[in-house]
Amino acid sequence: MTEPKTVHAHGTTIEHSVERPHQGPGLGGRGRKVDGSQKATGRVLYADDIMLPGMLHCKIKRATRAHARIVDIDLSAALALDGVHAIITGQDLPTKYGIIPWTKDERALCKDKVRFIGDGVCAVAADTEELANLAVRKIKVTYEDLDPVLDTDTAAQTGDDERSKVNEKAKRGNITKRVELSFGDVDKALAEADVVVDDVFQFQGTTHAAIEPHCAIGDYDVGRGMLTVISATQVPHYLHRDLAEVLGLPQNRIRVKQPPVGGAFGGKSEPFDLEFCVGQLSMITGRPVKCLYTREEVFYAHRGRHPMRMHFQAGAKKDGTVCAVKSHIDIDGGAYASFGMITAYYAGQLLTGPVGMQNYAFTSTRYYTNKPACGPKRGHGSVQPRFAFEIQLDMLAERLGMDPMALRKKNFVGEGQKTVNGQQIGSSGLHECLDAVAKASDWANRYGKLPRGRGLGVATSMYISGTNYPIYPNDMPQSGVQVALDRSGRVRIFSGASDIGQGSDSVLAQICAEELGVDIDSVQVVSGDTDLCPVDLGAYSSRVTLMMGHAALEACRTVREKVQSALAAFWNRDEAAHKVTGGQCTPTDVALEGGRAWYLNDTSLAVSVTDAFRIAEAHWGTVGATGGYRTKERGGEYRGGTIGSSPAYSCTAHVADVEVCEQTGRILVHKIWVAHDCGRALNPVLVEGQMEGSTYMGFAEVALEEMLYGANAVRQGMLVGPSLLDYRIPTTLDTPAIEALIVEKPDPNGPYGAKEAGEGPLHSTIPAVANAIYDAVGVRLFELPFTPHKVRQALAQQAQAAEKAA
Amino acid sequence: MLRLDPVRVEMPATAEEAVALLHQHQEGARLVAGGTDIVPNLKHNLLEPVVLVHLGRAQNALSGVQDDGDHLVIGAMTTLHDISVNPLVTAHCPALADAAHHVAGPQLRRMGTIGGNLCLDTRCLYYNQTYFWREALGFCLKKDGTQCHVVAGGKKCVAAASNDGATALLALGADLTILGPDGSRTLPLADFYVADGVRNTVLARDEMVTSVRVKKAGPHRREGFAKLRHREAIDYPMLSVAVALHVDDNDIVEAATLIVNALAARPKSVRLDFCVGKKWDAALDEDIAARAHKQCTPMTNICDDPGWRKDMVPVYVHKALRKARA
Repeated sequence: MTEPKTVHAHGTTIEHSVERPHQGPGLGGRGRKVDGSQKATGRVLYADDIMLPGMLHCKIKRATRAHARIVDIDLSAALALDGVHAIITGQDLPTKYGIIPWTKDERALCKDKVRFIGDGVCAVAADTEELANLAVRKIKVTYEDLDPVLDTDTAAQTGDDERSKVNEKAKRGNITKRVELSFGDVDKALAEADVVVDDVFQFQGTTHAAIEPHCAIGDYDVGRGMLTVISATQVPHYLHRDLAEVLGLPQNRIRVKQPPVGGAFGGKSEPFDLEFCVGQLSMITGRPVKCLYTREEVFYAHRGRHPMRMHFQAGAKKDGTVCAVKSHIDIDGGAYASFGMITAYYAGQLLTGPVGMQNYAFTSTRYYTNKPACGPKRGHGSVQPRFAFEIQLDMLAERLGMDPMALRKKNFVGEGQKTVNGQQIGSSGLHECLDAVAKASDWANRYGKLPRGRGLGVATSMYISGTNYPIYPNDMPQSGVQVALDRSGRVRIFSGASDIGQGSDSVLAQICAEELGVDIDSVQVVSGDTDLCPVDLGAYSSRVTLMMGHAALEACRTVREKVQSALAAFWNRDEAAHKVTGGQCTPTDVALEGGRAWYLNDTSLAVSVTDAFRIAEAHWGTVGATGGYRTKERGGEYRGGTIGSSPAYSCTAHVADVEVCEQTGRILVHKIWVAHDCGRALNPVLVEGQMEGSTYMGFAEVALEEMLYGANAVRQGMLVGPSLLDYRIPTTLDTPAIEALIVEKPDPNGPYGAKEAGEGPLHSTIPAVANAIYDAVGVRLFELPFTPHKVRQALAQQAQAAEKAA
Repeated sequence: MLRLDPVRVEMPATAEEAVALLHQHQEGARLVAGGTDIVPNLKHNLLEPVVLVHLGRAQNALSGVQDDGDHLVIGAMTTLHDISVNPLVTAHCPALADAAHHVAGPQLRRMGTIGGNLCLDTRCLYYNQTYFWREALGFCLKKDGTQCHVVAGGKKCVAAASNDGATALLALGADLTILGPDGSRTLPLADFYVADGVRNTVLARDEMVTSVRVKKAGPHRREGFAKLRHREAIDYPMLSVAVALHVDDNDIVEAATLIVNALAARPKSVRLDFCVGKKWDAALDEDIAARAHKQCTPMTNICDDPGWRKDMVPVYVHKALRKARA
């Protein structure tokens, strides 16, 4: 293709023989991330890379008791150190906060009592980190021990007296939240089922293990009365609100900046003690103050996957119809509520598709315990019950003599249908996902037919693409975007969304490039800064692509229309162009693609996008637009019916190919195929990255990861080995081959049809491996993680049973 | 992240200068070779030296593998990576090369040295933790406390030797050259370790290991190494097993050594006298594995699952024997 000759705003040169490209560069291409090269070359500044002049360092004194009253704090020796500038305690920041407005149950620093080993008690600002560490060592805290509550059974029986009440926010005992919901008559359906399975499952606690530890810098401008907090967070907006509340500043005197984040996975989706502490310490000292967690502190901050004990009953008819599912779930929440109220709902509400059931009931109870607080980890609340349910589907299929894939297809809740709990499904590619993994794994020839020790297993899941309601009730957009054109040919797009490595900045740039016809490097994304960007609620609930995407689309299309109409007017007016348009060019005759603006009826008439922007600026004045997205009201017509309701649901299927070593009990996962319906892959590389990363994370939870706490009297409530040496995430050598198979079933509610891809593809990894183990050696494992010891025990029981039978 | 407390660092140019510094400071001094063990331990406040004697400048003189007739002499500062790929070591002491290759991960093997590996501090779930964690625990008798959390009422530290290099070199019957203020001495590695988790070697505070001397395999020594760990990289051993069998032309065993490490402070030598004069066959492998199973008793010092680890002893002895046969 030859370039047209110079074109400029003052006149048009007609160039023949130029062909319009078929598609813009933005959408569906396997382009690299907009920040990829910066990360690869080390140009990116993460929070801890930022050094401000005169900056002090903060360390937090943490509780060495699981549950104790604070009797006395002696700061004298620490304050006497030269270079210690300030120390704050819970008395200085008494206002409670919490990510969910109904469960504000934590303070920046403990005021009266500590609730787990690692709870923050005091914060020091000193010249250096080493000095801050020394000061922390010199602070003497006197405790009076209370009764530690370390598991849900104990929690269920305690909390009525002060000694055993973990958190005073609990209205009854130690319960954060109990949800009981029932759809249809599940007991009757169970009684009438042809086959029923009834098992107790245990999902262990796991944590996010993002490689970047939490880090925050407070920078108070005394003259302006303006506090800036730079933080590695996924939720600048919620942090902004809570900082204002706890520090007693108006929101318009606080700016939150979120630098590029080195992994989050839900572990940075609410405010943490360090953010309030650096803010307060900066206000006291008038100097910037930084706090960087140690890896151990990251483990104490936690907010990871809740341990759940799940009693599941499932019944099916002879034809394979799943007629009833009933669950009773105890959730071990840790010391604070975090998102726990939502967790209690999600544990039941997100299970009803893509494989549905006719009748459904669940009771889930989240308890407070004296351990680091659990919260949202990738696949919040729903990964655990998915593990139980998908194993039971496998069991039902076996009892019925059905292929487990066929059983799932039989119970598909598909397009346009509502789940038993009232969730409206848009698109759903369950069949396509199952077919994709079946084909790739040669399921028909291999499932049930491999020699003992080797097996295949399948599992499926669905997940939300954002939630219909914001965390705090309001009528404003859940995501806002502003777009501004520059006469240089660059486009600036402003969004409060947080790129935490998932690629939201890249998605923004791609949408912008697609809509305005510019190349992606001409788009400047400005994100994660509450001063510069309109609000986006944050990177959680797999909401960003859908919600931010819609907002970006609206803003970009408004701008595009301005350019189109300005150009149409210009081409009708300009002498040379008029010869081509005959004065008949309408805005829709103008296309912005491939770096140029084209006259669709005769593509020999074209200008560069830069010139088009100049023409538009001359026509309209400075050109910009805003866009916003807000969900329509959706969900079941009952209390809690909106929780778990989403504009669009993704769908996933996994097949795992597993070998079991009977001698050692080790499971060797050879390969995992994951098919995921993301509606439309705006960037297939990013989607595949999310699918692989999710599957990897799920595999880690099957094989290795566990938040273990000391059981004996001395070690009560102590996290065993809070380090990446003792909390083992798989290395590349331990990780199976993973093949990502994208399925695209565009959803009417998604931008370009897109749905989520960041969390759904984790869920069914775990039951797929469990089901493959059964195919390999015929044992069912109900307790995660599947350590070699547990596998060998199950095999020994199997051998004993066989001996007895013989 | 965890910070190092400020500490003075000396960088002597020679081993003699290093020893002089050690002699001068005694308990206050600690030697740093690759630093892969001591740096995390310092960050955990497990050691509180006044001075670190860093051997970086002496590394060249203390590194390398020499062919000394029927022996190899390996400088103490030779990195584990270099040992794992050295043609002399892979040809004449394959179990040592294999053991070195199984330590930690590539980066750590390029820093960690064989001398450092042999002098590795013992490890325990209740010891290799931060000061904060240990304070919350109430400390332990290896450091800052009086109580053992592995053996209730235990008065002797049972932290585990976790050095794969020691496992292999013990099986191969290596000798150490040790430099002290009064000159060098030679010590069989078998006499180097003692059953005290607080300090599990006989090395004096003013001594350092300068080299290791190990006999080449020759036609009659068969050797193998196997390691049980959680992951395929990074992790310290849950079991580290090395076997060396001397057999005649008819596969009759003349001598046999089996070392199982990562159990307690001192690497365990499983008595295999019964093998001498017997033919090395599958049945003998079974007997050796059964003997090891009986004699090895893992504790909860490095892993919460001693029962499973005990069951894995014969499995990994078999693995080492299979490698020896290959």
